[in-house]
Amino acid sequence: MSLSRAFFAVIRRDLVLALRRRSEIANPLLFFILVITLFPLGIGAQPHLLQAIAPGIIWVSALLAAMLSLDSLFRSDFDDGSLEQILLSPHPTSILVLAKIVAHWLVTGLPLLIVAPLLAVFLGLPNHSLGILLLTLLLGTPVLSLIGAIGVALTVGLRRGGMILSLLVLPLYVPVLIFAGNAVQMASGGLPVDAQINILIAILLMALVLTPWPTAAALKMSIN
Amino acid sequence: MQTQATHSLEGRGLSCIRDDRVLFEELVFELVSGQVLLLEGKNGSGKTSLLRILCGFREPDTGRIHWCGEAVKDSQFYADMVYVGHLDGIKKELTVLENLKMSLALSSSGRYSIDQALTKVHLSGYDDVLVQALSAGQKRRLSLARLLITENVLWILDEPFTSLDKQGIALIESLMAEHCASGGMIVLTSHHDIDLPDVDVQRINLS
Repeated sequence: MSLSRAFFAVIRRDLVLALRRRSEIANPLLFFILVITLFPLGIGAQPHLLQAIAPGIIWVSALLAAMLSLDSLFRSDFDDGSLEQILLSPHPTSILVLAKIVAHWLVTGLPLLIVAPLLAVFLGLPNHSLGILLLTLLLGTPVLSLIGAIGVALTVGLRRGGMILSLLVLPLYVPVLIFAGNAVQMASGGLPVDAQINILIAILLMALVLTPWPTAAALKMSIN
Repeated sequence: MQTQATHSLEGRGLSCIRDDRVLFEELVFELVSGQVLLLEGKNGSGKTSLLRILCGFREPDTGRIHWCGEAVKDSQFYADMVYVGHLDGIKKELTVLENLKMSLALSSSGRYSIDQALTKVHLSGYDDVLVQALSAGQKRRLSLARLLITENVLWILDEPFTSLDKQGIALIESLMAEHCASGGMIVLTSHHDIDLPDVDVQRINLS
């Protein structure tokens, strides 16, 4: 009965499930690509404007894609009773919840990282800022999953939690958006971005440590 | 008492109030190894609520639950119990084997291996079948197989006989008798009358 075995078993189970219901991976990714492609169409032939707002476009789209994917984090487990079994496990719920969040990020966050450079080039973002864009996404998207998990855990018991979820979670995403967007902006202007990256690392570490507990507590409330 | 490893589950003065309606009040029971507690009562009388209180999903409005003389929170309770409720806690996109392996990873391994347990509940040969291809009765037997593969003392079962046929019911009853004979205990709700001749069955009628 080891905790690490349970941790990796939960991750593996969720990855297998995601592979068997492919829409869970595909939907947020397609949404991300689609929203980003809409901007050049809407703005028209103004490459400089597009280049200037590219970091914002990519990050806001990533935020919305993460939002869209959140509901799948606990929904099916709640509906079929697997969540009850996770809560009844002698292992700490917060660790098992963290495993679910990690799996969720691997399924919905990581694919964004893979397509983002392509979309960045498409928006005319200078090549030397691509590295920083990827770095901010690597540090920022896990935070989106971690913070979002609290919101989903609170609303999973509600029939129509979707709207409340976005009202609850989007304001909490603002710090990530500010620092990540700003870092990419500065990098495309050739300026140093150490401060922003350090703050993003700090936010990630704090979220990693602090969010699993309230998520576990909120799940206990929701199951009641 | 010290020589034999007996367990006890005690409810002291439990009440449950739901939407201003008192479901039960000042409920007292004590269950020791080898006994079965059968909750009876009509629909909506609070049987499932009591089970959910025992599992810790709900707080009782008054009263306390003790496991081996200690409050549930400070005891080994969650390592010693297993719950099969209305929802069977089984993923339909996973195979039978994957589901059981997951249950095993969340708990510690018990008396039977997965293969033995599947044979016991007449599901051997279904290892690699996706659960969505199973019938309702087979799903129920699969969720009950969880009782056998994990190490536990207390079974909490909410209507375990739902969607089982006569043989399935007899099978579960024999597994329950075997569990009690080896020192386990069971709390269950059931519409069926259970047939456990050699077991000490306590009954609580909630209505």
